[in-house]
Amino acid sequence: MFKLALRNLTKTYGDVTAVNQVTLDIQEGEFVSLLGPSGCGKTTTLRMIAGFIAPTDGIIEMDGQVLSSPKAMMPPERRQMSMIFQSYAIWPNMTVAENVGFGLKLRKLPAEEIKRRTADILEVVHMGQLAGRYPAELSGGQQQRVALARSIVVKPSILLLDEPLSNLDANLREEMRFEIRRLHDEFRITTVYVTHDQGEAMVTSDRIAVMNAGRIEQVDDPYTLYNKPRTRFVAGFIGRTNFLEGRRERDAVVFDGFTLHTDAFAGPAGDGSGAVTLSVRPQSMKLHGNAPGNPDGRCVIQGKVVERAYLGEHWDYGIAPNGSGVQLRVTALPIEVHDVGAAVWVEFDPAQVAVIA
Amino acid sequence: MATSSETAMGQGTVRRGLSTALLRVRFFEPASILWVLLILFLLFLVASPFAHLLVVSFEKTGGDGFTLANYVTAYSRSRYLDGLRNSLMLGLATAVVCVAFALPMAWAVSRTNMPAKWLVWGTVLGAFILPPYLTAIGWILLAGPNAGWLNRMWMAITGAESGLFDIYTFTGIVLVIALNAFPYVFLFTKSALDLVSTEMEEAANILGANAWQATWKVTLPLIWPAILGSIIIVFLEAIALFGVPALLGIPARINFVTTQLWEFFGFPLRMEVAAAYSMPLLLITLLLIYAQRLLLSRKGYVSQTGKGGERRPIDIGPWRFVLLGYCTLIGVLAVAAPAYVIVQASFSKAWGRAMSWDNFTVIHYWQILFEQSMTQQAIMNSFMFAAAAAFLAIGLALAIAYLVTRRLVPWGNVLAFLCMAPFVIPGIILAIGFYAAYATPPVALYGTATLMILAFAARFLPIAYATSAAGMRSINPEMEEAVRILGGGRLTAIRAVVAPLLKKTLLGGWLLVFIPATRELSAAIFLVGPQTRVMSVLIYDMSEEGNFELVSALGGIILIATSFFVWLGFKLVGRDFMLRGR
Ligand SMILES: Nc1ncnc2c1ncn2[C@@H]1O[C@H](COP(=O)(O)OP(=O)(O)O)[C@@H](O)[C@H]1O
Ligand SMILES: [Mg+2]
Repeated sequence: MFKLALRNLTKTYGDVTAVNQVTLDIQEGEFVSLLGPSGCGKTTTLRMIAGFIAPTDGIIEMDGQVLSSPKAMMPPERRQMSMIFQSYAIWPNMTVAENVGFGLKLRKLPAEEIKRRTADILEVVHMGQLAGRYPAELSGGQQQRVALARSIVVKPSILLLDEPLSNLDANLREEMRFEIRRLHDEFRITTVYVTHDQGEAMVTSDRIAVMNAGRIEQVDDPYTLYNKPRTRFVAGFIGRTNFLEGRRERDAVVFDGFTLHTDAFAGPAGDGSGAVTLSVRPQSMKLHGNAPGNPDGRCVIQGKVVERAYLGEHWDYGIAPNGSGVQLRVTALPIEVHDVGAAVWVEFDPAQVAVIA
Repeated sequence: MATSSETAMGQGTVRRGLSTALLRVRFFEPASILWVLLILFLLFLVASPFAHLLVVSFEKTGGDGFTLANYVTAYSRSRYLDGLRNSLMLGLATAVVCVAFALPMAWAVSRTNMPAKWLVWGTVLGAFILPPYLTAIGWILLAGPNAGWLNRMWMAITGAESGLFDIYTFTGIVLVIALNAFPYVFLFTKSALDLVSTEMEEAANILGANAWQATWKVTLPLIWPAILGSIIIVFLEAIALFGVPALLGIPARINFVTTQLWEFFGFPLRMEVAAAYSMPLLLITLLLIYAQRLLLSRKGYVSQTGKGGERRPIDIGPWRFVLLGYCTLIGVLAVAAPAYVIVQASFSKAWGRAMSWDNFTVIHYWQILFEQSMTQQAIMNSFMFAAAAAFLAIGLALAIAYLVTRRLVPWGNVLAFLCMAPFVIPGIILAIGFYAAYATPPVALYGTATLMILAFAARFLPIAYATSAAGMRSINPEMEEAVRILGGGRLTAIRAVVAPLLKKTLLGGWLLVFIPATRELSAAIFLVGPQTRVMSVLIYDMSEEGNFELVSALGGIILIATSFFVWLGFKLVGRDFMLRGR
């Protein structure tokens, strides 16, 4: 049985369909991210899981029990979940320790245990010294840690996070990603994490559900998602990529001005009409100043450097294959210098090419 | 086969229906019952008196069958029509005088280098602390024919046979109300003036206009919408006022709508005619409030210039002392003189005699506080009713504001409208509605504290609601959601988070209801019974008897109490607390 199951979950506001037929299963102890651009329905989905919003259609189950359906909804306070809000929602009228202990108090635990568990969790998030402070006296990062401690200390059945890092500055955001994953490794709480930042999702998650316009486009672990995106949207949203549109012709795919042999790819699919779109990451191609030998069946096409930019960590080249209107983005190590106008050979690694349609 | 599968399907549907019902019961939020009760109470408090007023105005005396006769009666006698005309004239004249008083003050404080601006603020605060009926009593002591202080001074100086002033005239009534109501105009126009940047005037200067021309041609037109808005407010205040027209108009035989309504409530009681007669007042109020909304929603031209732009006080040279003199004069007329004569009279054996040790006494305070059970009871009643009404109004307003801002019920804006509706219903009409709805059988609350408390709560509900709604909007809903997801119900969230965060707002709102409720007259006078008299009603009754020393002592107590609570508000809530909720 799945810990949490969303079945055809749908939410409409008048004409707007905020969440559209979302189906997702989450295992006990799993960390799943909902990733997508702003307005794609992530928050709405999360708040339906929490019980703040009733679905228009579909159901939500936890441990096989229906929590939400269009007909009836268990109120949030009975779901045994906890949530970290975008605004942190730390209560300014309570100290750090009171904030963290509040959920335990609601569970009517003995005062001794509340004190002990509060102190323990504050140590875990490195906030032990600040237990007596009021939220107004804390920095953003510290408030974030209090919010984390407050939601973890109650040992929730499911932990929900809505863009928890979006209000932090860049350095802190980096640090807190790893902190969140560390806490997950320590406590193994089933977690649903909402973010629009692919880096955050990839650092923290076991699996990522990429959402677009209310729908889930693909659910996979970060590696698969990056290397084998199944839709154009996923390929474009996660990292930079080149889209190559071509047509299948027997054992080859024909693009504008060049051809790649299909036997090089792992089972290119494409639809019945023969149209094929490939996603090729900029760093998965290699540039050569001279025609390379072609010993292991790799695909090589010839082209010309039309523009370049040096970004310190790498070169960013724009390559036009000979006789083609396509322009390829290729990144290369700083030592691989090619002048604008120079002839280059672009080598594809078939294992890193994803067929998306 | 077919039958059995149909039965199975049928059972499945039944079972699913049943389990849904069970789910509903199991997932039911207990708070929902509370919401329904609150909405019913709001209807009871605001909608029902209003509906009764309308119904009663068409009812035959005694209550069987409907008729238009009440309207015919109400508008057939020239005396009644005079009342209407006088009230309209009073509103207009008061508004004009208020502008004359307040516009120079607002301009002086906002734009010029006039010294001692605190004096103006003191005057405004003082005018707020003095209820209109006390200003009227102060002016009776100052300018009553013959006996008034000013008249006796005049006679002493000139040797004339009779006094110069008579406050028991239409002019006198206008003057007294204007001296009490001008802060509305002051506050409105000052905040509009604060938005006009110096640069706009300087632009006119560059083109060759001198300072006066710039003020007349540029500044004044810019603040015109604010002036007009405040004129409407003052007009409505004046026509709805009971105390001043009753104290000064009845002896002078000048009839106004409010005093005429009072007469209908005398013996024999003609509630139905009163209801019919109150309709024009209600209609005018509704229309003008609507007009004011339109006026303010056009946002004037002022706000387009934004808050930006530097503002430097204009140097008006020696004129600043002229202006200061004018402001001081208003301060003396509006606050210092009436307050002084009231305090003086309250410590005198006979108010007409000069200040001296053999005229000094504290007997009036002693009587009021320790001897006369009637005054003791009235003082207790005033504070108890006001406190209870403030709790009720704030509690209800907060709950409704919560429902509306958190969108917990459909038609939230209807609820918000109901909470704000008493703002546009003159207190006297609200009182008649309350009387019609709840004083008489079957509810029969006449003469009970409950009736007074409900009426005060309804009357000042808009203040409470405006404060509460502003407070609720300032709280991020995620604060409460954080409580709920951790296992606390809605009511826990309100108790543990919302209420503590709104503490200051609620205290400010409570005081804003409590202070006016301790001095309320125009609703109270229609609803008091023998055991529920309040200070304001007692002051009115005793001054009819001409017992001005006792009246003054009671007034002194009101002034001290009000000053104390205003001070408390400043101290606990902040300097701007009285400007909130308006
Ligand atoms: N209460 C609401 N009323 C109407 N539309 C809403 C409401 N809440 C969300 N939406 C719409 O639903 C869509 C998804 O919103 P949301 O879930 O907040 O997106 P995300 O969190 O991914 O940025 C948006 O287009 C938003 O405008
Ligand atoms: Mg969101």
